[in-house]
Amino acid sequence: MSALRLEVEDFLFHEADLLDRWQLDDWLALLTHDAAYFVPPNDKPDGDHNTTLFIVADDIVRLRERIIRLKDPSCHAEWPPSRTRRIIGNVKASEADGEIQVRANFTLNRHRRGGDIRSFSGEYRYRLRRENGALKIAERRAVLDAEELGHMGSVSFLL
Amino acid sequence: MEAIMAGNKGSTMRNSSEWVLEDRDADQFLVNRQVFISDDILQKEWDVIFRTCWIYIGHGSEIRNPGDFRTRKVAGRQMIFCRDKDGTVRAMLNVCPHRGALVCREREGNARGFFCMYHGWTFQTDGSLRSGPGLDAYGPKFDKAAHGLVQAPRLEHYRDFYFINFDPDAVSLNDYLADAKDYIDIVVDQSPSGQMEIVSGTQEYDIKANWKLLVENSVDDYHIITTHSTWINYMSNSGVDMRRPKGSLLPSLGAGKNLGNGHLTTDNPNYRGRPVARWISVYGEEAKEDIDNIRAELVARLGEARAARVADTNRNLVIFPNLVINDGSSVTVRNFTPVSPGLMKVTSYALGPVEETEAQRARRLHAFLTFYGPGGFATPDDVAALEAAQEGYAAWREAPWNDLSRGMYKSEDDQLDTDEGHIRTFWRRWKELMETPV
Ligand code: FES
Ligand SMILES: [Fe+2]
Repeated sequence: MSALRLEVEDFLFHEADLLDRWQLDDWLALLTHDAAYFVPPNDKPDGDHNTTLFIVADDIVRLRERIIRLKDPSCHAEWPPSRTRRIIGNVKASEADGEIQVRANFTLNRHRRGGDIRSFSGEYRYRLRRENGALKIAERRAVLDAEELGHMGSVSFLL
Repeated sequence: MEAIMAGNKGSTMRNSSEWVLEDRDADQFLVNRQVFISDDILQKEWDVIFRTCWIYIGHGSEIRNPGDFRTRKVAGRQMIFCRDKDGTVRAMLNVCPHRGALVCREREGNARGFFCMYHGWTFQTDGSLRSGPGLDAYGPKFDKAAHGLVQAPRLEHYRDFYFINFDPDAVSLNDYLADAKDYIDIVVDQSPSGQMEIVSGTQEYDIKANWKLLVENSVDDYHIITTHSTWINYMSNSGVDMRRPKGSLLPSLGAGKNLGNGHLTTDNPNYRGRPVARWISVYGEEAKEDIDNIRAELVARLGEARAARVADTNRNLVIFPNLVINDGSSVTVRNFTPVSPGLMKVTSYALGPVEETEAQRARRLHAFLTFYGPGGFATPDDVAALEAAQEGYAAWREAPWNDLSRGMYKSEDDQLDTDEGHIRTFWRRWKELMETPV
């Protein structure tokens, strides 16, 4: 069990580095061909994106477009890009039916000019798969703790 | 009008007659940036605008069954929006008549009554006082009937959109809405039974900007090609035709309209797709037949012309002062409330026909997120633009004026969505109200 957790932790730490360094194409390479990325609304953290209005509910097609947007200097909400730092802990992983279910806590601070610091905390939920021996993200969900987005404002970067 | 040209004359606090300046000879319409940063002006907005205008509180579908409730802050007041056990819709102050505590602290639910956790008074779903520990200590003169929750002085609805008014003498909601009713009708006509519903899931986020900037931004089609260029790229990459006819700032030429009483709308031929009922490639080939069927139902029920009105046009509608219904790539119901001159809270929902299938609802929600909301491909850039503008207004003394003169040289009936004629109607109404003595 702990071998799996260590493997998953290494993977999550690597992913966090890519995101915090804005190496977005490298991050895309961590995804399966059918990956999805979700940020549920604060009032329905366990909702279904087909029946509930989410903050983000990207299939792989829109996720690739999101990366194109994030790399464009005309993505005004992220230009200049935010400085982010995420700390990941309390990692739990279990493997069944060829997939690895992961839950991990995160805190993330997003810094922009003018002393603008916005804090995010919550739980990452993943479905990971092994492809050619490497872990890949089939689904990634960032579930926020806060009752409302409030001071966090926009989720314009990859949370 | 020299005052307009001489920037240094903006350096003192101006009186209300100088907040909005209109010079029809010079085709110039200016708003003083002080209106976005002044605490005194916000206080007057609370006293006049948010106390005498009809303010959106919620949609009937959010409280379908007797006992259903939602708590929310409306016009700065904590409110309970509920359907009482007899089925009557209520808007009550969520403030205990005893010593003022919030009575209901949950976001939503179904209640048999409300219980104040401070000293334990309990209330019926219609707000009347039911019981409390040791009420006999108040003596024989205690009038139980006078100790219920305070009801909003006025509560009326139009097609299930409920509004409250703190002015008992206000005109009826029906009169207040003026020509905006026609545009609400177009939205509601999407539903075969005329019943729309708020979809589960709330987007609640702050914008560090004055609330009036979101009014302007919601109907400002001039900013789309620059602020939303990455969204335009996304649409193009997805196979949507985003080419612009010569002389047009957008793929279609729309109108900006004054709907009376400060309400306004854009009214545009659609190019960006509509779940009802205009297919674009983003929806996928497999959605084509379904969209055709939605369209056929519209035509059968409404006739060709009205069906085209519903399906092939979109509109961003402002109900003065702080409700926006964006009926574009999807339908949003969005309202916003100031916290301070430089901060607003925004609440946004998706609206859809009650009879939508699961696939149709999923498509509507997917379409919503291509553009709208704090994680969408467009709204975060609007937020960035508004916050950038708010930053600029700190220099209101030296750089005092916002210019809203686009299209002013033309007749007011001939304003494009990329002009600013419709936005001027908001400011004229705002000025008119702000000049009324409190
Ligand atoms: S404040 Fe509610 S019972 Fe006293
Ligand atoms: Fe915009």
